[in-house]
Amino acid sequence: MRTKLQETNSKFQIAKLAKLALPGFETKLLAFNQYPLKPTGLDIMQINLGKMCNQTCNHCHVEAGPHRKEIMTRETMEECLRALDQSGIRVVDLTGGAPEMNPNFRWFVEELRKRSINVMVRSNLTIVLANPKFYDLPEFFNRNRVEVISSLPHFSKLRTDAQRGDGVFDKSIKVLKMLNEVGYGIEGSGLWLNLVYNPTGAMLPADQHSLERDYRERLKSRYDIEFNNLFTITNMPISRFLDYLEESGNLETYMNELITAFNPTTIDSLMCKSMISVGWDGQLYDCDFNQMLELNSANVSHIRDFDLEKLLARQIHTANHCYGCTAGNGSSCGGEIVG
Amino acid sequence: MSKPYYIEEDLKKFGEVREFQPELGDKFFDWYNAVFKEGALTKREKALIALAVSHAVQCPYCIDAYTKGSLENGADEEQMMEAVHVASAIRGGASLVHGVQMMNKTKDLLM
Repeated sequence: MRTKLQETNSKFQIAKLAKLALPGFETKLLAFNQYPLKPTGLDIMQINLGKMCNQTCNHCHVEAGPHRKEIMTRETMEECLRALDQSGIRVVDLTGGAPEMNPNFRWFVEELRKRSINVMVRSNLTIVLANPKFYDLPEFFNRNRVEVISSLPHFSKLRTDAQRGDGVFDKSIKVLKMLNEVGYGIEGSGLWLNLVYNPTGAMLPADQHSLERDYRERLKSRYDIEFNNLFTITNMPISRFLDYLEESGNLETYMNELITAFNPTTIDSLMCKSMISVGWDGQLYDCDFNQMLELNSANVSHIRDFDLEKLLARQIHTANHCYGCTAGNGSSCGGEIVG
Repeated sequence: MSKPYYIEEDLKKFGEVREFQPELGDKFFDWYNAVFKEGALTKREKALIALAVSHAVQCPYCIDAYTKGSLENGADEEQMMEAVHVASAIRGGASLVHGVQMMNKTKDLLM
């Protein structure tokens, strides 16, 4: 178990996974002539607007919550915009915490849209009801043609609340209805509403297509809710989920399952090969998980020094947590990689 | 300490039944894997049926496998327990329905 002091000690987590008697991820990549991992392009910039969140989910790899004060400043956002202007990146994925809690969130979204950049917002849904100042978020998203990606780890209240806190399911349903009302998830509206499933225990995610069918049927028949796609995402063995695995005695079994399910065909399409992740303070990483483990991207480590050529030439940092992205049909922020 | 009759680790060795009869073993596993692919029923629905049947046939290996399989395929605790009740109701009902046979026979025998 990590102590409070070790909570942000990423080295401690990396070492813990390295100490398990398992084949290392890099050895595995070598066996398939895929080491070191190198980028194939730079299509997506994922930006963490801060670790503050109105929820404290017990699997959260960001360890977000109301107690977190780390928030991206407007100056860092301006640095992101400058980098985007010179990069040709057309997709920005905004995450948190609850990204909407950043006081400059709306300004930033509008600046991105002025540049015709496609904007995705990873919304926890309940933020819309957390304070009257957020009530109009569905209209704001609509006006800016933002793609909404929302966590709903299960179509049952029992499983969702177990992971995300009491009352989260009912509030999420309410906000999904509000999003449907302004056109989100409705066929032909062009307003995308995608849901995210992640297992609520020490298991790999279900088959995305099959589960999407269950979600669609259940959400429609019980709540009259529509959505576009379901993304199934594997829980990475880091942060709070790593704590849970250890406390419940499931760590070794879970890691063994990830390794047994290693699928080399996922490697070419791993998200780290085509994205860059920006931390709340402007630090750069290969992905959101490396961000939480404080593994800065090679060659360029801060957005103010953005250099496309150098970033494309970098080596991607890998360690044993990366098994989470290569298991089964693979996992990315957009769900399954192959399938 | 005496060795338990059912050993959890043996579940992982299921595939080894091919060792004594590979041809039939292969046929079984090909069919088995095809059965659990998504079809008119979703994988979650199939896992729940398997979980219910596991209880009806009282197979500890199957109960372990399809508890996990049900959860992995998106079922929750409530659905799983309802599936077990369905299996139990059929088992109980299968005994009770024979009560009609008992009644028929009784009526044949008694004045």
